[in-house]
Amino acid sequence: MVEATYAHLWPILLLSLQVSGVAVLLSSLIGVPFGVWLGLSRFPAKRFVVGLVHTGMALPPVVVGLVLYLLLSRSGPLGGLGWLFSPQAMILAQTILDLPFVIGITMVAVASLPTDLQRQLRSLGASPAQARWEMVREARAGIVLALATAFGRSLSEVGAVWLVGGNIEGQTRVMTTAIVLETGKGNFTLALLLGGTLLVVALAINLVILRYQGWTRP
Amino acid sequence: MTPAPVYSLAAVRKRQSAAFTLEIEHLSVEHGETLCLLGPTGAGKSTLLGLLSGLEAPSSGRLTLLGHATEDGNVPLEILRRVASVHQRPLLLAESVRYNVEFGLRVRGIRSPRERADPILNRLGLGPLAGQDARTLSGGQLQLVALGRALVIEPDILLLDEPTANLDPAHVALVESVVRERQQQNSMTVVWATHNMFQARRMASRVGLLLGGRLIEVAETEGFFKRPADERTAQFVQGKMIY
Repeated sequence: MVEATYAHLWPILLLSLQVSGVAVLLSSLIGVPFGVWLGLSRFPAKRFVVGLVHTGMALPPVVVGLVLYLLLSRSGPLGGLGWLFSPQAMILAQTILDLPFVIGITMVAVASLPTDLQRQLRSLGASPAQARWEMVREARAGIVLALATAFGRSLSEVGAVWLVGGNIEGQTRVMTTAIVLETGKGNFTLALLLGGTLLVVALAINLVILRYQGWTRP
Repeated sequence: MTPAPVYSLAAVRKRQSAAFTLEIEHLSVEHGETLCLLGPTGAGKSTLLGLLSGLEAPSSGRLTLLGHATEDGNVPLEILRRVASVHQRPLLLAESVRYNVEFGLRVRGIRSPRERADPILNRLGLGPLAGQDARTLSGGQLQLVALGRALVIEPDILLLDEPTANLDPAHVALVESVVRERQQQNSMTVVWATHNMFQARRMASRVGLLLGGRLIEVAETEGFFKRPADERTAQFVQGKMIY
């Protein structure tokens, strides 16, 4: 019965992974370099910028979803993109929610390296870029943690993706929105089953990430 | 024609904090010599070595490294790469000992770093530890790796900041003989900061005394110890507490 009701489980799971994966990729492309720069640089407004990043970590997903909804709605400034109720809008929302985590955790990972390390690497002939890259490698465990955190947050997020995705079956329904929907309908068994599937997938992905963290160690 | 000095310092000031400023009125370091810097903790030895690395600019005055001014902090990379430093508290990468020793070769794009790293690893007795995680080393082994990663580059200038502080006498002798060997091979210039007057006597062609951020005296080794020009140097070499 469950199979019959949820014949579309795989497309939903696949879309969940797709939206979360692309969001993590985008947030890491922006967030890792910015986090590294923030971790290594000193400037007068740094405390303020770090404060903004930390505040970003507390962004309520429904608020992000609501703002994006207004921006992407037909009468909104980004309405021309036609992204509302599409996976693109969901990816955009997830990326915005992931970014502060990727930036913040990367920043802490890099900033917690010994302060003299970069100078010592330069004193062995590394160019500024080479020394910075080595610092990133040195902080890789923390950076992988940042990406794992972002992925976990994306996979489990529901408020923003519901608002901007609309939970349309076959188009924008993901695991979390499906769970909320089934719970609302009183299908608790199915909702729990979906929740369990989501947890198993998250565990499998985190095990792969942990293995990678271990694998990169000497 | 006399070759240009490796270092030339004139009226150099480096303000480290509100309480400490290094002030060197004049210092010249010649090609191939070993200048040992003596002085108590906090005298400014590490600050001076930081300036000599070319990575830090003086607050004022003129410091040239191989003829290049360092005041603007923009010493060309090819000049910086002729200098290697061994720091007082070496920081190694969370990688193998070999990775750390090969680091300077890899950033220079040398294709077979292992061929150059292996002899120095073996010479320093680090061969069996080559594959070991550098974070698991003892303080003494860490200093040997730090020396290895600097020497493998075959620098023209080697800056040593207390490189034998954590070593037993046998390893102190090993470090001194390895530095001497390398110096004979390529006429490397060495600036060596140490607390150890005996080491300075063994290694230096000239010795300088730093006290409270001032260079009190620089002289040929024998003259420095036997006929010091400054009263403070005389007292220092006699082991008197003048600081």
